[in-house]
Amino acid sequence: MLLASLLIASFVIFAALYLAPGNPIAALSGGRSLPASSIAVLEQRYHLNQSFLAQYWYWLDNVLHGNLGISITLRENVSTLLASRVWTTAGLVLYASLIIAVLGIGIGIVAGLRPGVLDTGTLVTTAVSAAIPAFVAAIVLILLFAVRLGWFPALGNGTDLASNVRHFTLPAVALAISSLAIVARVTRASIREEGEREHVQTAVSRGIPGRKVIQRHILRNAAIPITTVTGITIASLIAVAAVVEVAFGLNGLGAYLVQAAQSKDLAVVQGISLVLVTAFVVVNLLVDVLYAVLDPRVTLGGRAQ
Amino acid sequence: MSTAAPLTVPRGPGAARRGRVQGALGLLRATGPVGIVSAIIIAVAILIAVFGTFIAPYDPNLPNLSLAWGSPSGGHLLGYDFQGRDVLSRLLVGARTALLGPLAVVAGSMAAGVLLAVTAAWRRGASDAVISSGLDILFAFPGILLAVLAAAVFGAGLTAAAIALAVAYMPYVARVLRGAALKERSQPYVAALEVQGASAVSICFRHLIPNMMPLIVAQATILFGYAMVDLAAISFLGLGVQPPEPNWGVMISENQVGLAQGYPLPALIACACIVVVVIAVNVLGERLFEQAQRAYR
Amino acid sequence: MNGPLLEVDGLTVLLDVEGARRAVLRDVSFTMRPGEAVGLVGESGSGKSMTARAIGRLLPRGAEVDGAIRFGGSDIGSLSGAALRRYRGQVAMIFQDPRAHINPVRRIGDFMTEALRTNLGVPADQARRRAADMLAQVGIEDGAQRLRQYPHQMSGGILQRIMIAAALLTEPRLLLADEPTTALDVTTQAEVMAILDGLRRDFGLAILFITHDLELAAAICDRTVVMYAGQIAEVRASSLLHEDPLHPYTAALAAARPDITQTAHRLRAIPGRPLSAFEAPSAECAFAPRCPHVRDICLQALPELAELDGGLSRCARAHELRGQLQEVPRA
Repeated sequence: MLLASLLIASFVIFAALYLAPGNPIAALSGGRSLPASSIAVLEQRYHLNQSFLAQYWYWLDNVLHGNLGISITLRENVSTLLASRVWTTAGLVLYASLIIAVLGIGIGIVAGLRPGVLDTGTLVTTAVSAAIPAFVAAIVLILLFAVRLGWFPALGNGTDLASNVRHFTLPAVALAISSLAIVARVTRASIREEGEREHVQTAVSRGIPGRKVIQRHILRNAAIPITTVTGITIASLIAVAAVVEVAFGLNGLGAYLVQAAQSKDLAVVQGISLVLVTAFVVVNLLVDVLYAVLDPRVTLGGRAQ
Repeated sequence: MSTAAPLTVPRGPGAARRGRVQGALGLLRATGPVGIVSAIIIAVAILIAVFGTFIAPYDPNLPNLSLAWGSPSGGHLLGYDFQGRDVLSRLLVGARTALLGPLAVVAGSMAAGVLLAVTAAWRRGASDAVISSGLDILFAFPGILLAVLAAAVFGAGLTAAAIALAVAYMPYVARVLRGAALKERSQPYVAALEVQGASAVSICFRHLIPNMMPLIVAQATILFGYAMVDLAAISFLGLGVQPPEPNWGVMISENQVGLAQGYPLPALIACACIVVVVIAVNVLGERLFEQAQRAYR
Repeated sequence: MNGPLLEVDGLTVLLDVEGARRAVLRDVSFTMRPGEAVGLVGESGSGKSMTARAIGRLLPRGAEVDGAIRFGGSDIGSLSGAALRRYRGQVAMIFQDPRAHINPVRRIGDFMTEALRTNLGVPADQARRRAADMLAQVGIEDGAQRLRQYPHQMSGGILQRIMIAAALLTEPRLLLADEPTTALDVTTQAEVMAILDGLRRDFGLAILFITHDLELAAAICDRTVVMYAGQIAEVRASSLLHEDPLHPYTAALAAARPDITQTAHRLRAIPGRPLSAFEAPSAECAFAPRCPHVRDICLQALPELAELDGGLSRCARAHELRGQLQEVPRA
């Protein structure tokens, strides 16, 4: 099912060429005028004299072999251009995912298991932070921690691992903050719900010690909705990372995508879109697999129900 | 805070016209004082969005570089932005695109989503399978990505972005509503109406959909929050509303340089506007959703 | 062991209901001897489940308990920690909806052996063997295979037997059965009842059988406790409940059940609606508004639970009405 998604998505991305006003050549060139020789090269490369579906086939074939076309602005292979930037985006998304998973789930569990002041405090804080979009968080963080306090640099990539971590901390936090709040809320709600379930009563009635009940029955069962939500939240990071990259001046895929969209470098836009959509689909696939592993009642692909 | 009174949605044929207004107000009242405050905030924001151009004290688009980054003074309650324009006026006028854009997105995706969900639920069987699979496939596109793609193909602008977001949200809406539509479809009154000879279209529009209203309203509210954030993000990226047109997202990106230079106010105040409205929308949406679920229990 | 196994003595439980502190159980007293089967009968809201939960130390947080529950002579209200766990091993509970009460994501083997492994330190393979043996006792032959399966792969009837088997693994002396057959179809119901009865005889197990069905309780219980509005209405030997009830409510309950051998022109219902425990008045008989035999004396004070002919009755007029309460022959 997800593979079908990927195929259709790639088709849509490809078809973007034709949706653009004007003919494909105009779209590829982004409205620039090209010498006749360049036009001939493009025609040949994209098999523009053949049928629509045949073109799609050639394009797909190229893509699967790692050939994503040529950037019209930089005259280089899209694939090489992307390769250097992939790690920035991947690093950012991973860093943010770590924050979300550890802090989000952690806070949610604590709040879920202990009603009281801590819990209400968590509810209020998460209600507010869930509403903070990544770019707003970016602005505030830059102001507070970079400009005023000078703890972290405001812009750019780092040079080695250590400085990378420093440079990526604020962006990762900005990216993570609203997702963190959502994950914490869902975790808390799931823990609460599981705690009320009858099978937990059964365990208590047999004298199973509290800690084991929490571990084996509440946490274990709540893990199902928690990992699902955490997974799809992380998947959504893939797109939002672009905004954070722009705000912090990081040269990742997202920032490059925006640049290319503005300069109408369609080949690059298609290439990056494809990569991001694939990543999105892969993460969703992993979530499906995890769900099937955690819940014995479900077979693969059952998450849609 | 006392617990909100549970709302009972009539489980028979759809609410009469008179009942619909009462139902809406009752729904709102049931969300408690917090929900009502949120609704008021949202209403004020929408009013500003509609009348902003009339109440703005100064021309939001008149640059005056000699006044750039000026601090609040006299009639300029919030100071000047990086081009010397009055921040307050730009905020008031910018509310229009910041709020009406998402409204269009929500309207579009909800309309399409409701239609698809109800069609799938009504016909069940093969139609349902086809629609559901189609929707599952569309899930592969995150909203922002589709909007960026649209900007690359059709050129940057609010319309392209709004349409892209509406298309991206639609599968999510349809999936949530399909479940509710299926439940509603299997209610006895539907069978009774069918036996009486009512047409599918009339049953759906006069009974099925009105009975799903609490869920639809809750979903629309929550979606509005997402749309606001996504559209502001796209404008922030420069791919949505184009400068010099005022827009909260654009204002943040334009004035970001001010942060390091010691003039954080313009960017921050635009951030605050977005956050306040989104919090209000999220809070109201969450509570409406609780009410809708209670009506279905 | 000479004394009673279980003594419930003036048990009163208060809970917060809709903002106010109300009594959900009022002055509940009865005893059980080792190996005895006692039925606890009442309509919903009568407090029968709450009584079982009180005995099983499963009351909701914030519940206030007055009176005493003694098991084997010692008060259970003061138990905690290891002592409480030991008590729980001695008093097992089975519930109405087995599917909701068994963790759906763990295997049956885990479910059954959990108490043995965690509380009694029995090694896993030994625990599994005992579980498989117990499954055979409740009529499930392919025990070893069942242990590896998940709950969603089995029917409700099988799950209920598994729940019973699991409850017996810690060799309890008392089994609290909270409407174990209500959610099952009639044939399975009969099988489960037979299993419970057999187990009682084989293991000398005392059973407190909770149900809303007077006849069902009488099927395996020697004595029946009838509850209404959080109070005990009557305690009586099951065989005498029909011919010689001591409380108008019991008589009404017995009469209300449609008898397949008779033709009735109309279903007998008790007028009015059953009172929930927290609605019960404290200065008059709770059943008075619906009772066909009500007099002034019934409305003057809460009647005491008094002994009568080997049973107990909370009817102020029990003596007078003796012999007049039995099932009225149908017209």
